[in-house]
Amino acid sequence: MKAKGKTYRYKDNVDTDVIIPARYLNTSVASELAAHCMEDIDLDFSKTVEKGDIIVADKNFGCGSSREHAPIAIKESGVSCVIARTFARIFYRNSINIGLPILECPEACDNIEQGDVVEVDFETGKIKNLTKNKEFQAEPFPPFMQGLIESGGLAAYMSKQGDM
Amino acid sequence: MKMTMSQKLLASKAGLKSVKAGQLIMADVDLVLGNDITSPVAIGEFAKFGRKDVFDKDKIALVPDHFAPNKDIKAAEQCKCMREFARANDITNYFEVGKMGIEHALLPEQGLVTAGDLVIGADSHTCTYGALGAFSTGVGSTDMACGMATGKAWFKVPTAVKFNLTGKFNKNIGGKDLILHIIGMIGVDGVLYQSMEFTGEGVKNLTIDDRFTVANMAIEAGAKNGIFEVDDITLDYLKAHGKKTPQIFKADPDAEYERTIDIDLSTIKSTVAFPHLPENTKTPEEWGKVKIDQVVIGSCTNGRLSDLRKAASILKGHEISSDVRCIVLPATQQIYKDAMKEGILETFIDSGCVVSTPTCGPCLGGHMGILAENERAISTTNRNFVGRMGHVKSEVYLAGPEVAAASAIKGYLADPNEGDN
Ligand code: SF4
Repeated sequence: MKAKGKTYRYKDNVDTDVIIPARYLNTSVASELAAHCMEDIDLDFSKTVEKGDIIVADKNFGCGSSREHAPIAIKESGVSCVIARTFARIFYRNSINIGLPILECPEACDNIEQGDVVEVDFETGKIKNLTKNKEFQAEPFPPFMQGLIESGGLAAYMSKQGDM
Repeated sequence: MKMTMSQKLLASKAGLKSVKAGQLIMADVDLVLGNDITSPVAIGEFAKFGRKDVFDKDKIALVPDHFAPNKDIKAAEQCKCMREFARANDITNYFEVGKMGIEHALLPEQGLVTAGDLVIGADSHTCTYGALGAFSTGVGSTDMACGMATGKAWFKVPTAVKFNLTGKFNKNIGGKDLILHIIGMIGVDGVLYQSMEFTGEGVKNLTIDDRFTVANMAIEAGAKNGIFEVDDITLDYLKAHGKKTPQIFKADPDAEYERTIDIDLSTIKSTVAFPHLPENTKTPEEWGKVKIDQVVIGSCTNGRLSDLRKAASILKGHEISSDVRCIVLPATQQIYKDAMKEGILETFIDSGCVVSTPTCGPCLGGHMGILAENERAISTTNRNFVGRMGHVKSEVYLAGPEVAAASAIKGYLADPNEGDN
């Protein structure tokens, strides 16, 4: 599995309240959530994001509430992958559980700017900044998590495993 | 075997003799929790697990507390979705409006969590029950669905940081000041993916409510869970509230901790987190004059009876500033009733506060006290992110009930230990 797209670059501690503000949580319809994704820190995001695009952020991305609406809004926006220095843990597991690939890679974060075109290979964990012609290595997922993401999320994975 | 409290508990729930940090395990859960925001997503996912019934109708708790009583039509639809699911699956612990309260105050009060339990909840502050010696942690809706279908959840076994507490709090200082102090010290990602384990002879000087407040905000330091060593105070609480039998997990003497942080409770001062992160903490000498428009006293962090008592004891005989709205939200119906009997609610009303029915309400910018542009609130809640309580250009200052009450009287951020309060 590979992803390629232009990047949106954010800083530390992007919390789930700005990824999808609580005032929009009176719905769980993915497309409605995507329409408001990131709007409290980046009004243009939902207008300009295209299928395949990649979010790159600094530390503790997705901190705050457990709302799965946050990775759902990001995935529904068309984002193919999120790269960060570190992720908050509930966001991390929610993303894996719904099949949104996310990678931790501080070196990549040091060398990717807003708008750079980036390619990611999930099997090997290789991240290429095509604009700057640089390559970085992220930790690939452990097999259990690769299985989850390949199955398209926890529900599909658990059903495949039969009675656990 | 070198296991921490959390690791021992997880090993037991995974049916393993021992576990190591980093290991991926599948464990049996004792309780699965959801609210009116997260449950509708989980209910949608539940179908995908291909099970007709939930794994155990007694081990699921559904609480409509965030946007309930329904704040608008969409919220009403979400509550309806949850209610219908609860009825269809005959869920024992569904709490209708009138019986409900804020989930993390309600579940322990109702005796649904005991020491040694493994609890997952589709709400990040599920970590609150660590106060009782449970391993409890926030998850997302898919995990909740999986939990409801199979009674299981996957975990990566965490490493831990030990907080060794000594001493005693001074007057008007409590659990909120302690946890804000800790988050200020280690940062909002200070213990990312890790357990916070609270131990030491100072633990006995923390009331169970102090412990709830501390464990509640473990997530604000990035932790997977926060857990307190079980002692007589825990067991007394569990006896008074418990329907379940506690099981005590103690850390091995040679348990491996990533680090140990010593805290003398007598050194903690009134602590407030300035916008827009819980780690931006300041003590009174650094506050300056911060004028406020609103005070919120409530939430899963500080909406318990003892919190209301503390606030009321400061407000008694005073009126709040005419520039301030003060909203008080008892966290559960029981707390509401007890506060009424004790005359606390009357004190609030006489001081000019509004007392609301239990709900999360303003804590997450839902309803019952949303901030306008450039407005400022002091709140006993747990998050002060951009836009958390309303307009993107509003501000939230996090504090304990004593600071909140003292500030309501003054109209600006005030130290309850200073002067004429
Ligand atoms: S009171 Fe606030 S933090 Fe607690 S559960 Fe409700 S919304 Fe979440």
